[in-house]
Amino acid sequence: MRFTIPSQDVNREPFARNVPDFHYRSALMQTDRGYKCRITNIVSLTEQEKLFQLRILDPDERNLFRFRPGQFLMLQVPGYGEIPISISSSTSNNEQIELCIRKAGHVTSTLFQTQAGAHVAIRGPFGSSFPMEEMMDRNIILVAGGLGIAPLRAPLFWINDHRDRYRDVHMLYGTKDPSQLLFTYQFDEWEKINHIDLHTIVENATEEWEGRTGMITELFSDIAIDPENTYAIVCGPPVMFKFVCNYLDKQGIPMNRMFVSLERRMHCGMGKCCRCMVGSTFTCVKGPVFDYWSVMNLKEAI
Amino acid sequence: MIYKIITKPEFRKFIDALVRQNLSYAPKEVDVDKNGEPVYQFKEVSSVSDIAFDYSVTASSAKHFLMPFKEDLSRFTFTDKDWQQDITYEAQPIVLIGLRACDISAVTILDNVLLNGQFPSPHYLARRKNTFIIGMDHLPLPDCFCKSMNHHTVNDGFNLFCSDIGDSYYLSINSSKAFNYLKEFEISDPTDEDDCKLIERRKLIKHSFKTEVEVTGLPSFLDIEFDSPIWTKWGDKCLNCGTCAMVCPTCYCYNMEDRPDTDLKGSARQKQLYSCNLVDFAEVAGEHNFRPKNGDRLKYRYYHHYLGFAENANQQICVGCNRCGRACLADINPKDVINDLRMEKESCMICASPSPPRT
Repeated sequence: MRFTIPSQDVNREPFARNVPDFHYRSALMQTDRGYKCRITNIVSLTEQEKLFQLRILDPDERNLFRFRPGQFLMLQVPGYGEIPISISSSTSNNEQIELCIRKAGHVTSTLFQTQAGAHVAIRGPFGSSFPMEEMMDRNIILVAGGLGIAPLRAPLFWINDHRDRYRDVHMLYGTKDPSQLLFTYQFDEWEKINHIDLHTIVENATEEWEGRTGMITELFSDIAIDPENTYAIVCGPPVMFKFVCNYLDKQGIPMNRMFVSLERRMHCGMGKCCRCMVGSTFTCVKGPVFDYWSVMNLKEAI
Repeated sequence: MIYKIITKPEFRKFIDALVRQNLSYAPKEVDVDKNGEPVYQFKEVSSVSDIAFDYSVTASSAKHFLMPFKEDLSRFTFTDKDWQQDITYEAQPIVLIGLRACDISAVTILDNVLLNGQFPSPHYLARRKNTFIIGMDHLPLPDCFCKSMNHHTVNDGFNLFCSDIGDSYYLSINSSKAFNYLKEFEISDPTDEDDCKLIERRKLIKHSFKTEVEVTGLPSFLDIEFDSPIWTKWGDKCLNCGTCAMVCPTCYCYNMEDRPDTDLKGSARQKQLYSCNLVDFAEVAGEHNFRPKNGDRLKYRYYHHYLGFAENANQQICVGCNRCGRACLADINPKDVINDLRMEKESCMICASPSPPRT
C-alpha cells in the first residue's frame, strides 16, 4: 500500500475531548457541543411569553458559562432545533439562567409544551455586550419596546447590582396593549428598591388601564435629559429604533453613546452561516449590541 | 516548493497508482448539454482511464468534498426523559484530481473563512486534513474571468500542481507526501528549456482570457451603490432558485435543522448548504423578512462576493470561474451585473462633467 494516503483522525486531538469554552476565540474546539441544562422553572408571563429558568447540570460547565449584559446564547432543543435567545438574567447569578421567550416558531412552540425538569442545551455566550463600565457615573436611559425588555433585563440587573455607581436611571417601556406588559411583578422592586425611574405606556388602552396611552417617544416629555452625561440603551422593533434614536440624537446625545440590540435569526452564532449578516457585518460576532453610529453605517440594519 | 518534470505517460502511471489505492474524484463526462457539448463533473474514479484530463470545466465545484450539501454536525440519542449528544469528525482520505487554479484558490478562501475565523470548524478541518489535491492548469473558456479576480494562477492550497508543457507536465510539488510518491516514478529536474516552456504556457493562459470584469475599486463602488436601481433590475430577473450558490466554489452559507430519525430514538443536527437568494434566508421568527425583495437578496450575494465580509478580512470571495453565470436559468452573470452597475453611474449624463481624455 505504498501510495495510500494516511488517514488523519481529528477525533484524537485534545480539543475533541474537552468541553468548549466559547470565550476563547480562534481556538479549535467542539463548537457544536452544548452545555446540558435542566429547565428548573417555567413562569407564564403573558399568553405569548414565558420565562424559562435553566441550570447548567455540570458544575465545571456552569463555571465556564460567564456572560456580559447584552450577549445571547444558542438554545438547543434536541430533535426540534436550535435558536438564538438573548440572556435575560443577572450576570452575577451563576446558578440560574433566565430566558424570556415568545412563542413564535417551531422550536419555541415546543418549549411552550415542555414541563419543568426537561433537559435542553445551550451554547455560548456569543456576541457583543453593553459597555456597562463606560457608563458608570453617568445617567442611563433604557428604552424597551414590547419583547425588547428581555435583553434589557441583563443590563438592568447589572445596574441594580452596582446601583451606587450610576446616577439617574430612567426606564421607558411601551407595549401595544396593557396585557402585553412583561415583568410587571418586578416594577415595584425596580422603582422602590433600585430607584429606577420607570415610565410605561401602551398604544391601545383598555378600560382598566390607568397609565399613559400613545407611542413610546411621548414618554420623553416626562424626563429631563442631560445630553452631556447620558447613555441610552434601546431595544425593540426596528421601527422604534429609528424614532427613539432620532429623538435622542436631536437632544444632543452623541451617537456613540446610544446602544441598540439587533435581532436576526442566527443559525450558528459563530460568524459562519451568514444568516444574521447585516451589510457586511455579522450580528452574532460584532453584534447584537451596536452603537447607533455603527448601525447607521450598516446597510439594511433598520 | 520543489519543481520536477514528468512525461505524460509516466504521469498517467503515477495517477493510476494513486487512484487504485485511494478514494479519488476526478473530472468525468456525465452528459451532453443542449448544444451537444460534454458536461463534466467531479466523480469517483477507479483507474486513470476514467479521467477526462482534457476537460473544459466541471458544472459543480469541488467544494462538496470539503463541505457536503448535508452534513450531521452532531447526533442526539434519546433515552427515557433524557438525551445524549455525540459528535464525531468523520473523514476518510480522498484524492481530488484535476482542480483548476481558481478551484484551488477557492479552497484556500474557504480555509481562510472556516479555519481562521473566530470559531474554526472542526468538521471542515477533519475533511481538509484528509484531502490530497492535484491541480492542473488549463486554457480559459470564453466566459472565465478568473484573471480579473487574480485567481488564474495559484501558489498554495494544493499538494501537486501540473502545468502542461507539451509532452510533459511541469510539476510544482507542495507537500512531502506528493514528493515521496513521485520518487517512485521517473521524474527529472527542469531544464532551462522546460522553464521557458512553462513561462510560454503561463503567458498563453494569461492572454487567452476573453472576458474581463473591471474590479478595481469595486468594494468602495458597491458600498456607495447600495440603493442603485440596478439591483431591482437584475433582481426582477432572479428566480430565487439558489443554483448559483450550489455550483459556486466558495459559497458556504448554511442552514441548521434537526432531522429526527424515523424511529424517534435519535436525531441529527444537520447542516445544509443554503443560498442567500432563497426567499427565507433572512427571515426571523414571526415571519418578518429582512430581505423581502429579489433585488435585496441578489445584491447581498454580490456584496458577499465582491465586497467581502469583515469576518474574512473583507476578502473578495469570487474566484471568477463563472459557474454561477453558466448555471443561471435567468441569464444573470457577474460580468453583466458588475458592468451594468459601473455603467449606470459612469455613463450618467445628468450631472457629468466631461471625462478627462484618456492618455
